Amino acid sequence: MKQQNKLVVILVSAVALLILPLILQSAGNAWVRIADVALLYVLLALGLNIVVGYAGLLDLGYVAFFAVGAYMFGLMASPHLTETFPWFAAMFPNGLHTPLWLVIPAGAALAGVLGVLLGAPTLKLRGDYLAIVTLGFGEIIRVFLNNLDHPVNITNGPKGLGQIDSIKFFGLDLGKRLSIGSFEISSVTLYYYLFLALVVVSVIICHRLELSRIGRAWMAIREDEIAAKAMGINTRNMKLLAFGMGATFGGVSGSMFAAFQGFVSPESFSLMESVMIVAMVVLGGIGHLPGVILGAVLLAALPEVLRYVAGPLQAMTDGRLDSAILRQLLIALAMIVVMLLRPRGLWPSPEHGKSLKAK
Amino acid sequence: MEILLQQIINGLVLGSMYALVALGYTMVYGIINLINFAHGEVLMVGALTSWSIIGLMRDAMPGAPGWVILMIAMVIACVVAATLNFVIEKVAYRPLRNSPKLAPLITAIGMSILLQTLAMIIWKPNYKPYPTLLPSAPFNIAGAVITPTQIMILGVTAISLAVLMYLVNYTKLGRAMRATAENPRVAALMGVKPDMVISATFIIGAVLATIAGMMYASNYGTVQHTMGFLPGLKAFTAAVFGGIGNLAGAVVGGILLGLIESIGSGYIGTITGGVLGSNYSDIFAFIVLIIMLTLRPSGLLGERVADRA
Repeated sequence: MKQQNKLVVILVSAVALLILPLILQSAGNAWVRIADVALLYVLLALGLNIVVGYAGLLDLGYVAFFAVGAYMFGLMASPHLTETFPWFAAMFPNGLHTPLWLVIPAGAALAGVLGVLLGAPTLKLRGDYLAIVTLGFGEIIRVFLNNLDHPVNITNGPKGLGQIDSIKFFGLDLGKRLSIGSFEISSVTLYYYLFLALVVVSVIICHRLELSRIGRAWMAIREDEIAAKAMGINTRNMKLLAFGMGATFGGVSGSMFAAFQGFVSPESFSLMESVMIVAMVVLGGIGHLPGVILGAVLLAALPEVLRYVAGPLQAMTDGRLDSAILRQLLIALAMIVVMLLRPRGLWPSPEHGKSLKAK
Repeated sequence: MEILLQQIINGLVLGSMYALVALGYTMVYGIINLINFAHGEVLMVGALTSWSIIGLMRDAMPGAPGWVILMIAMVIACVVAATLNFVIEKVAYRPLRNSPKLAPLITAIGMSILLQTLAMIIWKPNYKPYPTLLPSAPFNIAGAVITPTQIMILGVTAISLAVLMYLVNYTKLGRAMRATAENPRVAALMGVKPDMVISATFIIGAVLATIAGMMYASNYGTVQHTMGFLPGLKAFTAAVFGGIGNLAGAVVGGILLGLIESIGSGYIGTITGGVLGSNYSDIFAFIVLIIMLTLRPSGLLGERVADRA
């Protein structure tokens, strides 16, 4: 009976998720865009959840992997390289338009390798020390993205990379609207389905990981590293694996983000972004998949929706309280209030180890 | 050679500011094991308050000498920042003292964003010029230049450090602070009130941050609502560098970090043949931090094990 209920719930939510953009689409593409962004954040939060939630390694530089994926896609699928380097233009006269099947694995692999590289020197650190080192790592990546336009122009500096190709596969261009008979599906809706598919795959991967030996090993490390080591778990490899897997997710969502926006610049990868992703994981319920998804959707979508009520508020306070400020204010208040009322998150996992309970 | 001397002077000035802020981080971390992410924002609030007060006083008493105005502004700004930090600790950190480790960290980050946003609403987001109230004619030392403001910064830092060291080492409050940092429960059994000690720590931290913020503003000549973020981050780095929880370590770490950053950004162009420029100066702090934590996780003067956190 219980099994049946679960199946019904899954079926209903699947149908709802599939229809959602079609309904939103009729209210305007801006709403579908919000859903798209929310899904991207879910993807990011799921990745970070592997590192923070399962393995207990607090990573405040997570956005660096997102940036690596995004720039990877930006460089491989935009006219920037051909325009900057003559030898490159000679090699690829039609410009470099790398197919999706190459970009995604490449972005994922590069981010994954970087994740392991970051993990390697920090293996001895835990908690706050790790947080501050990863934070520094994120900042280093951002400074480089900002300044690598000189003397060799690789990232185009603060101006960012533009004219990035949209995603194309099997003859389907997600950048253009799709007409089936008289029915039209807009480009953002197509992206919605792609992101949804990625999220579903990620949830399945995360769920399987959680139940696997690897997941158990991560949680053992999170609970008590010394005991885990004593039980024969190779803590070094397991931690590196967690960093690598989390970073891979970040890299993939980064390349999706670049294709979706058609533009990347260092602006999008500030520390604030990393903080937001950590906040999503922790607010929702650390280590608990439904909680993490809830946190990501809430923090990504709600402030966007609030933009629409900000107009009157802005008029009332003669322009001081515009939508961006209001958004920040609400996020900050949400972080403080939710933590004060529910320190384990909005939707915490039912069983929790001692490291996440009171000290 | 003149460049080196100049960068050393600049580095000392920068480092002494980092040291003052780092003390706030290290004291809080030493007692309640929390990275007070909002500490940089306390610095910002202090600096912006002092900016407002200087503006008001210049209108009210046009004839007053610069250093008097600075002193009064400093006192008022310190009181405002101290009250703020006291309230932050009560509202956002105290209720979470026995919660999961990540919860207070998240409220601290939230508090930092909240303060920045509120400051943006109150003071508007534009950069504001910070008035120069001391004579601006620089002194020449063997080809390098030092301004009276920089001399004042070094002097004020030295005085603040001396006062703090006296407070921590020779007063009853200082003994209570050291006891609480060692073991709050045992300290409480000995008649120390940990809550009061923690409040006092936050107040002292805010005062030091405000002084640093005003010096930072005088040195760079501008104030803005995001000004606290990067110095805050680097000061925390300095605290970790020196060995977190260790007051002398915070000072040494701060000054060393200032020197490394200043000399590094002065020479990076020459060393790399112009490939990397001084716009990379912000990464020195983090590179130093990563190297330090890899080689000696407890910091230069620290005894605590990194594993404890």
